[in-house]
Amino acid sequence: MSDVHVENLVKTYDGGQVKAVNGISFAVEKGELFGLIGPDGAGKTSIFRMLTTLLLPDSGKATVTGLDIVHDYKEIRSHVGYMPGKFSLYQDLTVEENLSFFATIFNTTIEENYHLIKDIYIQIKPFKNRRAGKLSGGMKQKLALCCALIHKPSVLFLDEPTTGVDAVSRKEFWEMLKALKAQGITILVSTPYMDEATLCERIALIQSGSILSIDTPQNIIKQFPDKLYSVRSDNMIRLINDLRTMPEVTSVYSFGDHHHITLRDNNLDGLLQELTEKGHAAVDGKPIEPTVEDCFIALMKNANN
Amino acid sequence: MTREIVIKTEHLTKRFGDFIATNAISFEVYAGEIFGFLGANGAGKTTAMKMLCGLLTPSSGSASIAGFDIYKQSEKIKKSIGYMSQKFSLYEDLTTLENISFFGGIYGLSDAQIKSKSEKLIGQLGLQNEMKKLVGELPLGWKQKLAFSVAVLHDPKIVFLDEPTGGVDPVTRRQFWDLIYDAAARGITVFVTTHYMDEAEYCDRISMMVDGVMKELDTPQNLKSKYNTTSMDDVFFELARGAKRKAD
Repeated sequence: MSDVHVENLVKTYDGGQVKAVNGISFAVEKGELFGLIGPDGAGKTSIFRMLTTLLLPDSGKATVTGLDIVHDYKEIRSHVGYMPGKFSLYQDLTVEENLSFFATIFNTTIEENYHLIKDIYIQIKPFKNRRAGKLSGGMKQKLALCCALIHKPSVLFLDEPTTGVDAVSRKEFWEMLKALKAQGITILVSTPYMDEATLCERIALIQSGSILSIDTPQNIIKQFPDKLYSVRSDNMIRLINDLRTMPEVTSVYSFGDHHHITLRDNNLDGLLQELTEKGHAAVDGKPIEPTVEDCFIALMKNANN
Repeated sequence: MTREIVIKTEHLTKRFGDFIATNAISFEVYAGEIFGFLGANGAGKTTAMKMLCGLLTPSSGSASIAGFDIYKQSEKIKKSIGYMSQKFSLYEDLTTLENISFFGGIYGLSDAQIKSKSEKLIGQLGLQNEMKKLVGELPLGWKQKLAFSVAVLHDPKIVFLDEPTGGVDPVTRRQFWDLIYDAAARGITVFVTTHYMDEAEYCDRISMMVDGVMKELDTPQNLKSKYNTTSMDDVFFELARGAKRKAD
């Protein structure tokens, strides 16, 4: 049986004017690392707040560890851990005081579940007498994760844990998640960073309150509808402007030092030659495998049409 | 060819007690350049940027921004720059048009200038139907594009962008960079921070801050060659991994 089951969940704000979550359904299996991938305003936080019983849905149903999010809200709270996107611990309590506070309100002790947080807590333990408000961003994040874990939740909800975090610290955070998954905890994590999608077992790509696609990252990539090519030349800005005017180019987006394009007739050689004739130098192109970001863009375009 | 220099710092330093947030950084930025300012959290980027915007007095060293001295002419600096961050964008309870006139007024534009600039900007962004809507009702992507356009409304010499595309969808993120290219083509210098390494590739030059020091400053191409890799990700990892400081 799935640990999280969501059926046609709807949430609106401002008397129905703002549709934050628009009839979303998905299921997360026990022990799975599941990612909600999408930009700000996609509805990720609303979904997490409903599943952690902090917000009531307008309609639809959801269960967490088999318990109903509306009727069994009190019981759910002892089974889930929630790390909000915004740092929400007590700034004027110390590291250790925060942790023991959260342990106490869940009727447990730091010692009882220490094995769950040990690898993470050990990194902030030297600062255990420092007030949480005086910690660096990375340390706050580690403390918040410890506090979300101290009552040994079955399901862990992490709302944008890596937003605004640099690439090195992001990598470290994902290593911690892998270790937690190995302990059997079901993890739902949201992120606006498309490159983190491949670190999840399954992902839901989400935009404007609706799910664009749910599958393993590998399968989502396989479902990309066209052949994708990367091209470059010595002047990338002129190149993208020219590509946008060429009728055989059906889509073009910058991806760092290359542009990714799809072609109406998949005639790459013809295109490269045409570019050279237009005066581009060092023109180079090759077929490539799409990234999750390519897929997201393609699905967004479909959804808008 | 001598290029006009719009930012020049020499040994620019900021101490907070015995902590050296920004440690003697020296660099130059040219007019019309897209200059990427990268580094791990806690590397000293925000402190450096605040000094360059005239919001924080340095402890030592010197800098001139748009030709003005960072110690003596900070008010003139503020008039010559635009600034946009991910967090503060615009007044949510003012309409699109009201935000444009408000910021236009603050930057000292005349009513006639504000009127013509507003019309042009609304047209460029395709916001005709949203002119009279409260900014709070616009999707994030549009807000960020509008915030950028407002930050360059007064044709500043330099625009400072602090993680302008954080959390923005992948299509809007790219449209945002089109706006950056347009501004640079009009001669506006763009000074930008980002956590997206693909965006580092769009910069003419990139600097890398590590523990308060500017460790590298070069074109993306040269940095990749130097670190013998094909991706900026690797360059970033190589540099940031050695960092001792970790903060926000």
